Amino acid sequence: MTATITISRALPALPQGWEAEKDFKKVGKISGTTERTIEPVGPLFLSHAERLIHKRTFSEHDRVQAQERAKKIETEDDGEISEPEDPMMLARDAKDWKTQDHYAVLGIAKYRYKATEEQIKKAHRKKVLKHHPDKKAAAGRTEDDNFFKCIQKANEVLLDPVKRRQFDSIDEKAEVEPPSKKDLQYKDGKNYYKLWSKVFRAEARFSNNHPVPEFGDENSTQEEVEAFYDFWYNFDSWRSFEMLDEDVPDDGESRDQKRHQEKKNLNARKKRKAEDNARLRQLVDQAMAGDVRIKKFKQQKNAAKNKKKADKEAAEKKAAEEAKAKKEAEEQAKKEAEEKAKADREANKKAKEAAKNAVKKNKRVLKGSVKDANYFATGDASPAAIDAVLNDVETVQAKIDPEEIGALAGKLANLKVADEIKAVWQDEVKRLVDAGKLKEGEVKSLA
Amino acid sequence: MSAGKTGLKAEDRKAIGITLGNSNSSIAYLKEDNVEVIANEDGDRQIPTVLSYVDGDEYYGQQAKAFLVRQPKQTVAYFRDFLGKEFKDIDPTHNHASVHPEDANGAVSFTLKEKAEEDAAPSTLSVSEITSRYLRRLVTAASDYRGEKVTSAVITVPTNFSEKQKSALVEAAAAADLEVLQMISEPVSAILAYNAKPEVANVDKIVVVADLGGTRSDVAVVAQRGGLYTILATEHDYEFAGYALDKVLIDHFAKEFIKKHSIDPREDARSLAKLKLEAEQTKKALSLGNNASFSIESLAQGIDFQSTINRLRYETVGRTVLGGFTRLVESVIKKAGLDPLDVDEVILSGGTSHTPRIAHNLRAIFPESTSILAPSTSANAINPSELAVRGAALQASLIEGREAEEIEQATHPAVTTVPHLTNAIGVVSLGTDGEEIFTPIIAPETSVPARRTVRFDAPQQGGDVLIKIAEGNTHIKVIKPEPKVKSTNATVEDAKDSDDDSEDEDSEEEEEEKREKVWKVGSTLAEAAVRGTKSGAKVEVTIIIGADLSVKVECREVGGKGGVRGTI
Ligand SMILES: Nc1ncnc2c1ncn2[C@@H]1O[C@H](COP(=O)(O)OP(=O)(O)OP(=O)(O)O)[C@@H](O)[C@H]1O
Repeated sequence: MTATITISRALPALPQGWEAEKDFKKVGKISGTTERTIEPVGPLFLSHAERLIHKRTFSEHDRVQAQERAKKIETEDDGEISEPEDPMMLARDAKDWKTQDHYAVLGIAKYRYKATEEQIKKAHRKKVLKHHPDKKAAAGRTEDDNFFKCIQKANEVLLDPVKRRQFDSIDEKAEVEPPSKKDLQYKDGKNYYKLWSKVFRAEARFSNNHPVPEFGDENSTQEEVEAFYDFWYNFDSWRSFEMLDEDVPDDGESRDQKRHQEKKNLNARKKRKAEDNARLRQLVDQAMAGDVRIKKFKQQKNAAKNKKKADKEAAEKKAAEEAKAKKEAEEQAKKEAEEKAKADREANKKAKEAAKNAVKKNKRVLKGSVKDANYFATGDASPAAIDAVLNDVETVQAKIDPEEIGALAGKLANLKVADEIKAVWQDEVKRLVDAGKLKEGEVKSLA
Repeated sequence: MSAGKTGLKAEDRKAIGITLGNSNSSIAYLKEDNVEVIANEDGDRQIPTVLSYVDGDEYYGQQAKAFLVRQPKQTVAYFRDFLGKEFKDIDPTHNHASVHPEDANGAVSFTLKEKAEEDAAPSTLSVSEITSRYLRRLVTAASDYRGEKVTSAVITVPTNFSEKQKSALVEAAAAADLEVLQMISEPVSAILAYNAKPEVANVDKIVVVADLGGTRSDVAVVAQRGGLYTILATEHDYEFAGYALDKVLIDHFAKEFIKKHSIDPREDARSLAKLKLEAEQTKKALSLGNNASFSIESLAQGIDFQSTINRLRYETVGRTVLGGFTRLVESVIKKAGLDPLDVDEVILSGGTSHTPRIAHNLRAIFPESTSILAPSTSANAINPSELAVRGAALQASLIEGREAEEIEQATHPAVTTVPHLTNAIGVVSLGTDGEEIFTPIIAPETSVPARRTVRFDAPQQGGDVLIKIAEGNTHIKVIKPEPKVKSTNATVEDAKDSDDDSEDEDSEEEEEEKREKVWKVGSTLAEAAVRGTKSGAKVEVTIIIGADLSVKVECREVGGKGGVRGTI
């Protein structure tokens, strides 16, 4: 049938773990078909037919059924394009073609700039079939071919893209007036979007750029609304006004006159174009001024801004409070530490004093002990001996710390017997000499 | 509607192909495997569809057409489309310069004097009678050429020819002793003519046939699938056709004449007829050369007229009409639900298709890969004026040996109406970057049953291969150019009042967006594995769709044993 085609593209490797009975897996079904008619021509059709017929005979009934099944390709006149013909229009003079409504003449007034070229062609043909002078003559109507000429003119204009745009530019019937205040206020502006949508959809016919954004409704996003106004404030329009030119005088007239009129026309076109641009701008201004969406977005924006501000302030406040609390805590801690230090210091001082007192007391014990021992003298002790003993006591005292003094005092405290006292002193001195704190013979009186 | 039965035995037939146009007709037959388009006794292969009675003699073709100037009331032209129609449904526009059609007891008719005698009563001839007489002349020319009596014909008709029109044609032919074997559609006939070339492979493709004639343009989008043809969409246009280009030249030269002589030659019927004939000649000359002359003896009030025109000027004054053909073709593609990127081939058929500008304009709306088959865009183009008749001749030779009954059954709607796939069916393969790409094996709009085989590379290192059968369809990817800077200056266009500012518009479109057709993988139908392929191997996948929409898949390594098969 058809030749085998080779595609220079690789097939994928089998994924790991792929398995199927006999290496084949059904997954889905063919999703759709359309019944169509094959053209019964060519050698391959004959094979097709032979396969299909295979000794069968198809009947008239089969024919009807098959024809109903098959998708229709030929769309002869849908009847859609026909509008009643206004007698006034039928009586028009073809000479006034410049002021005729070409769409109405062809019976497609309801389509206007929206009419496709196909619709225009079909409409024209329909009119020709009806209004051709030969048809009229046959029907015993007048030979007047004025309206037929109107039809031809309408067709000529509407099938020429340049001329059609010129006509569409000044087609008042396609215009949609901006809504009045009253319309807009109706039921709290319920129709706002609908009314303006209609206006801009009509204006969109002049756009060089496509697609043209829609006006939208209350659910449009801010982006959409902004894109809409951005588009319309920068609208690029093909609207032009040469159809409103005044006639340039015929060849017979003077050249200057002709040129003058042409210049006048050109200026008029420019002026109209500028006016139209201004008109559109005003329209957009007007739509925008009443557009609650804009207000809504502004409010939303403000609300967002306010919220941000409030958030910021709250954050600042919170930070300040936190800082303050931190500072207070720190101060508190400092104060407590100071108080503690002071208490410690006082306790220390007290302890020291107590120690000092204890030392004093102990020292008194030491001194007392030698007095109790009568300064180790027999009989009354000479002042020199007393001095020597007391000096030595002081020397020993100076060499030992308060604890040792205490210990020494403890040992001496309840002793009254001179020899015992002396023995304690002698032990002490010996200890100190052993420890290298006293020299041999440094405290003779206590040795 | 099938052939009229004249009781001929298949083996006694001598068949030809005929195109019967409103403007021109042609005859052709298959002679030793080659189509021969027959030149009539005047040497014409495009024979004007005109019949004329002058001094009791009947003229047809070129001679009759020439009588449009001197004997318009004795000459009938542009009547084919009236066959089988009621008077209220015909468009008499093109008959203004010849006998006007009239309503004679419900039949479209023409009144003229057949006899030479001064006092002979005029006869009113129905369009059927006129057609019959004209066909007789064609058949005679063909018989004379072949040296044997032609008995039968395949006749091409527009796709919107109604059953009533077809029966009327069969009747008119029968009255001329001609058996109509089959009526085939004009666009498909043109495709047949191209597919007869041995070097044209029988591949699946979408073909647009633009049949641009004298009074109408018919465009069809056709799916060619496995040698079968299905029309997807058509459009019939009575505005943009050859006559409109004639009018462009008529108006151009008339204006020139007015300037010189202050006489509008279009206001006089005879002058207008002369203008029309010469305009057509000039138009044809401009299809070949860059310059053409235009000269008419005694155009109006005895004044001779002589002028020239070059092709550029012609294309400028004809710009609106020429652009209309392009828009027409575009609209039919859209109607078929397709995009220019889907079109593989555009066949330009009909006399007006000789016009270089039309082919060039079409070239511009299609991608490089689309072939535009017209004389000015393709060296392989067949004469557009002969395409339809060539196809008819081929079809005639194909079926002339079959019994009428058999032909009727073969062309029965129960046979021709079959389901066509909406989506393509294909295989998921890998692109250069390893991405999944849908490769169609059976194209959309293929009729069932269908069978196609495609070979792929196995993975380079070989091994086990996955065959994933899926549906697929296309979408158009549009890559927009950088948004253009907004023009701040005013948009008032300079309005030179001449026709010359025509080129301006093109410069307005800056960069164009790039468009690309991309296949999208749809739902999976089946998966299969071909195991243990050798390195560098190829894998062959065959998909067979049954009339019941069953899908059979066969996969195997080329040159390998076994393979996998399965049915959905
Ligand atoms: N070389 C050419 N260049 C341009 N136009 C041409 C050329 N040859 C023929 N034509 C034009 O082609 C038209 C005729 O086309 P064709 O022979 O296909 O007629 P047709 O099929 O009878 O047309 P229809 O039925 O639409 O009237 C005429 O307008 C003729 O002027």
